Amino acid sequence: MTTAPHEQLSDHARLPDAEPVPRVRGRARTDPPWWFALPAVLLFAFVVLVPSVRGVYYAFTDWDGLDPHFSFVGLDNFSELFRDPDATQAIRHTLLIAVSITVVQNALGLLLALGVNSAVKSRNLLRVLLFAPAVITPIVTAYLWRNLLGPDGAVNSLLGAVGLDGLRQDWLGSPTVALWSVVGVIVWQFAGYSMVIFLAGLQSVPKEVHEAASIDGAGPVRRFWSVTRPLLAPALTINLMLSIIGGIKLFDQVYALTGGGPGHATDTLSTLIYKDAFTLGEFGYSIALAVVLTIIVAVVSTGQYAVLSRNERATS
Amino acid sequence: MNRYRGRTFALELTMVAIALVVGFPVYVLVNLAVRSASDTSSPISPTTSPTLQNFTQAWQQGALGGALLNSVLVTACSVAIVLAVSSLAAFPLARATARWSRGTYLGFLLGLVLPFQLASLPLYQTMRDLGLLGTPWALVLFYSGLQVPFTVFLYVGFLRALPRDFEDAALIDGCTPLQGFRYVVLPMLKPITVTVLVLNSVAVWSDFFTPLLYLSGSAQQTMPVAIAGFVGQYVTDWNLIFAALVISILPVLLVYFVLQRSIINGFAGGLKG
Repeated sequence: MTTAPHEQLSDHARLPDAEPVPRVRGRARTDPPWWFALPAVLLFAFVVLVPSVRGVYYAFTDWDGLDPHFSFVGLDNFSELFRDPDATQAIRHTLLIAVSITVVQNALGLLLALGVNSAVKSRNLLRVLLFAPAVITPIVTAYLWRNLLGPDGAVNSLLGAVGLDGLRQDWLGSPTVALWSVVGVIVWQFAGYSMVIFLAGLQSVPKEVHEAASIDGAGPVRRFWSVTRPLLAPALTINLMLSIIGGIKLFDQVYALTGGGPGHATDTLSTLIYKDAFTLGEFGYSIALAVVLTIIVAVVSTGQYAVLSRNERATS
Repeated sequence: MNRYRGRTFALELTMVAIALVVGFPVYVLVNLAVRSASDTSSPISPTTSPTLQNFTQAWQQGALGGALLNSVLVTACSVAIVLAVSSLAAFPLARATARWSRGTYLGFLLGLVLPFQLASLPLYQTMRDLGLLGTPWALVLFYSGLQVPFTVFLYVGFLRALPRDFEDAALIDGCTPLQGFRYVVLPMLKPITVTVLVLNSVAVWSDFFTPLLYLSGSAQQTMPVAIAGFVGQYVTDWNLIFAALVISILPVLLVYFVLQRSIINGFAGGLKG
């Protein structure tokens, strides 16, 4: 506070003369000007909106991404898409992965949150350690796991060391197991993320409510169901939205772990979009796949949001 | 609930066991990164004669220094732009009740749902026409637009929960709207800014798909693409690859452990905002 008192005074005294208070018409307050939103709108339009609209247009053409001459092919890309076993399989994988991640990651995340929210002494350290994988770049953890899950990798070594030789296998090379290995890697990385959000929800439950329920004779299970669960609804909404949308858009981990293989056993919509556009040069078809991805994300997220927000209102 | 009993001890042991399982891959990562290629013992047995040679070799051959610098540059520039334009946009969007305001906000909400795969392919053409392909500026431009909807969403939600009396008072006292934003609104947005800063930084830093597209074939790489290129080049030399992975993880974990409280609160902060 170095300003001398007389300076402050003169500042105050000058204000009304230099800049008269704007005349207030009708309402007692003025809204901030619209042009504050302009830079954000322009960036958003340039990067997301305009290219997305162009993308939807290309989905109806046979453009290869380079040739300036291309023709309008109507719904050909889409009818081809539903006849293409690679594409329908990728859609199935995408949904299967998204649902599995959502269920397992959130179940584990909730259990971890309950554990860390208890009286255990190491709770702060546990919270920091269990969340740590979530800040590491997914492509990096995926390459780590590619080695761990290999035929001579650490996972098989560990299984051998504890006498579970029967479980040893080529985790990423077997068409039936590879998809679940991908799910496992993602759950390993992001269960701590779900935990942190559930934990914030748990800590918003006032202790007094728990004590009151306890005095009224409610056991721990009853207390969880009737007191904690309803208050966890917002955390659950956020967690489910994040994991299902993340699961549907999944690219990095599949690219690094299996590259969509063996064969097409782990291809998702995102890996197929990349391959079709940049290794096969089928730009129009690739964009048609991206349109399908968009529709799935839109339907799932609005549907889920509608159900969950109704649930949130009903329980709170 | 707060007493430490036998059952709490059992829970403590279980939780520590889980933490060990979660940490197991990191043990193997470090264990193999300090191992020379001639050592062929089991990946889970501790390395007997550790060496740091893999690290120096990975650092030199992977051009990881340049990639690290690019990642820092891209993340810092993009996040700064996103935060500036989004907080500024959130001010009228949260306060004005006119139709344009609601329409713009709905437009941003639509952007939350659009997967970036849809925009990134056509934008690839635009970037090429502008001569930005292969430069970090393509990424800065891309993230500056891509992260706007989500950031605006969090800022508007947070601002709507705050009373507008302070801004109104400032305006009546003769502040210009820009001064009102700078000196009144921005300080009030500080808690949500931490959240937005953390989430955007992690998202931009970790993104792999976009630089794979826009930087492919150029010498300018970000860390995720440099790592992928390194793995492609040294396919089976896992000791060397693991050293590169450690180098890429180390700065992130360092920042995480130093700022863990703000970072974890930042991730959880979307809940309250």
